Amino acid sequence: MKKKSFRGGVHPEYAKDLTSEAPIKTLIPPTEVIIPLQQHMGAPADPIVKKGDYVRMGQLIGESNQVLGAKVHASVSGEVMAVELRPHLTGRSVRSVVIRNDGQDTPAFLERNCDPIQLSRAAIRNRVAEAGIVGSGGAAFPTVIKLSPPDDISIDYLIINGSECEPYLTADDRMMVEYPEDVILGAKLLAKACDAERIIIGVEENKMQAFHSMHKHASSHGIDVVLLDAKYPQGGEKQLIKALINREVPSNGLPFQAGVIVHNVGTALAVTQACRDGMPFIRRVVTISGAGVNDPSNYWVRLGTPFKEIIATAGGFVGEPGKVLAGGPMMGLAQFDLDVPVIKGTSGITVFRREDSKPLDPMPCIKCARCVDVCPAYLLPTRIEAYSMNAMWDESVEYGAMDCIECGCCTYICPSKRFLLQWIRLAKNEIISAKRRQTE
Amino acid sequence: MSSTLVAIFSMGFLGAVFAGGLVLASQKFAVDVDPTVDALERVLPGINCGACGFAGCRSFAEGLAEKKAPPNGCPIGGNDVTTKIGGILGMDTGSANNRKVAQVLCKGGHTEASIRAEYNGPMDCRVANLTQGGDKGCTSGCLGLGTCVESCFFEAMAMNDNGLPLIDEDMCTACGKCVAVCPRDIIVLAGEEYGVHIRCRSEALGKEVRKVCTVGCIACRKCEKECPVDAITVVNNVAAIDYDKCIVCRKCVSVCPVNTIEAQDGKPIVKQKKVG
Repeated sequence: MKKKSFRGGVHPEYAKDLTSEAPIKTLIPPTEVIIPLQQHMGAPADPIVKKGDYVRMGQLIGESNQVLGAKVHASVSGEVMAVELRPHLTGRSVRSVVIRNDGQDTPAFLERNCDPIQLSRAAIRNRVAEAGIVGSGGAAFPTVIKLSPPDDISIDYLIINGSECEPYLTADDRMMVEYPEDVILGAKLLAKACDAERIIIGVEENKMQAFHSMHKHASSHGIDVVLLDAKYPQGGEKQLIKALINREVPSNGLPFQAGVIVHNVGTALAVTQACRDGMPFIRRVVTISGAGVNDPSNYWVRLGTPFKEIIATAGGFVGEPGKVLAGGPMMGLAQFDLDVPVIKGTSGITVFRREDSKPLDPMPCIKCARCVDVCPAYLLPTRIEAYSMNAMWDESVEYGAMDCIECGCCTYICPSKRFLLQWIRLAKNEIISAKRRQTE
Repeated sequence: MSSTLVAIFSMGFLGAVFAGGLVLASQKFAVDVDPTVDALERVLPGINCGACGFAGCRSFAEGLAEKKAPPNGCPIGGNDVTTKIGGILGMDTGSANNRKVAQVLCKGGHTEASIRAEYNGPMDCRVANLTQGGDKGCTSGCLGLGTCVESCFFEAMAMNDNGLPLIDEDMCTACGKCVAVCPRDIIVLAGEEYGVHIRCRSEALGKEVRKVCTVGCIACRKCEKECPVDAITVVNNVAAIDYDKCIVCRKCVSVCPVNTIEAQDGKPIVKQKKVG
């Protein structure tokens, strides 16, 4: 059978077998959690607690009245030690609530529902917003906004993204293996919240255990589970839509314009936990992997746990660490400080040894067009790079710089080791800030 | 013989017809050019740098003639050109010196500022700033990769050994290219007579600044209290100087405990400030 896929993409070394058989263990909550008020795409939340307050597990500590905002909850119970700027995995300091854990885990959850599927459409949306759920695949887009497309648009497909194409990460894989019923319930709740007619779950072929597990539980609910080619970036929203239902999201558009909404497996699980158990988004599954740690594994981690705690639990570093990434090797963000906390979008921590992480030495472009062949967004990365290097922003827009999904396939495949993605990202950033200046 | 004559007459006839056509065309399709635009273009520097906001010198001259551009709109030409423009347009442009130069508001080079990571990406400050904020410990300081130097049209900038951009004020034309290109917004244009600069833009708390830089502003407010003309105010944990008020007395320089405030040699005290 020919598996479904999209045009372009690359086949990096997946190295998922390091952790794909490792059951999800629970990480002991640390003595101090650092909860950034910005864990999502959009405006940071405003703190509603102050130093000295006692907070309970699941209590609301940050609220936002912005359009692109998400609520933030305490992940442990204890005393608020500070509300101050702390290192964040984007490299900048972000206002964070520091809580000293009293070890009691006194809960302050939302209302429980033994039969959440009876909830109304508005009630589910409301609960998703109350629980502060954002996309847990990495981009951390507030889920409730995705669930509320304009009224004149009808959504016919809900796609649950179980492809997890990023090398090394197995968090979604393990969730599908261990919590198939919860993922399916979450999918049904999401489908109800956005009035989607059909649900499709896409799983890459290198996760057969997850595929069988989902397939077994999904068939009685009329949900399709589709096997996808193992290729990066199969988990990109637009690529997944193209592969599964052969539709294209318009340039500069969002998936709902193609009548589709895509949610991650982790998001579906978080929705189930919020609607059924009343638990806000305060913990997530994090994969810690790579040759640089002694004991790669998967953990349920409370949000706000510093990276160093997870690395210590995973047996510490092997030799000298060369690179610690928040996320996987393709799209992960390199970290310089191990005090940065796990946030809603942190699906994994990848550690490379010093000898494995070599700096690139870019050479001139040899016009081999491999970046063009692999670009899943049908762009000419080398042209946009050249325009960006010469500050020709208008020309980069013409060549579709804004359609770049920043997957990094071009930089990965480039035999001259050129920094294609970095330059394209600069062009995107310059174009966005020029637009912002114009509207001001 | 006769064939030579035929050739001479036929070529002569054709020549006369075409000449007549050209004379008619030049009269019928003549474009009226505003002579002031030509005159204005002749006094402009003619390097088409675009610093005035127009597409080039010709288009700036057209803007001047249509009163869409200010007579002092050419930063490159400075006072000389402004006076000449005023002469052509019959306007009084005054005699105040409004020449500006770029100033780098960061002193944290290799020896003063800490490095928090290894940066292996492209040698461009803007890209480094987008890549996790670069390798500098200070998230407001100079990244030191020289994007401003590359952007300088007039070779007025160079990186010094300490990893900071150096500005040759004689060469600087205040075109503003470096100001626009700097991702950390630490380059500003200041009147050339001002010789006192607070070279830090970090809004972090004093203790955080001390961790990453030995010359960063810690917002101790000593300069604010010392300034006789209230030109310095501390806003968002960083001192800022109002050049319009500064008289270059240098009193703040001696009280600054961390040496953030710097005085440039050869710039005298401004005795009187212009009113209004």
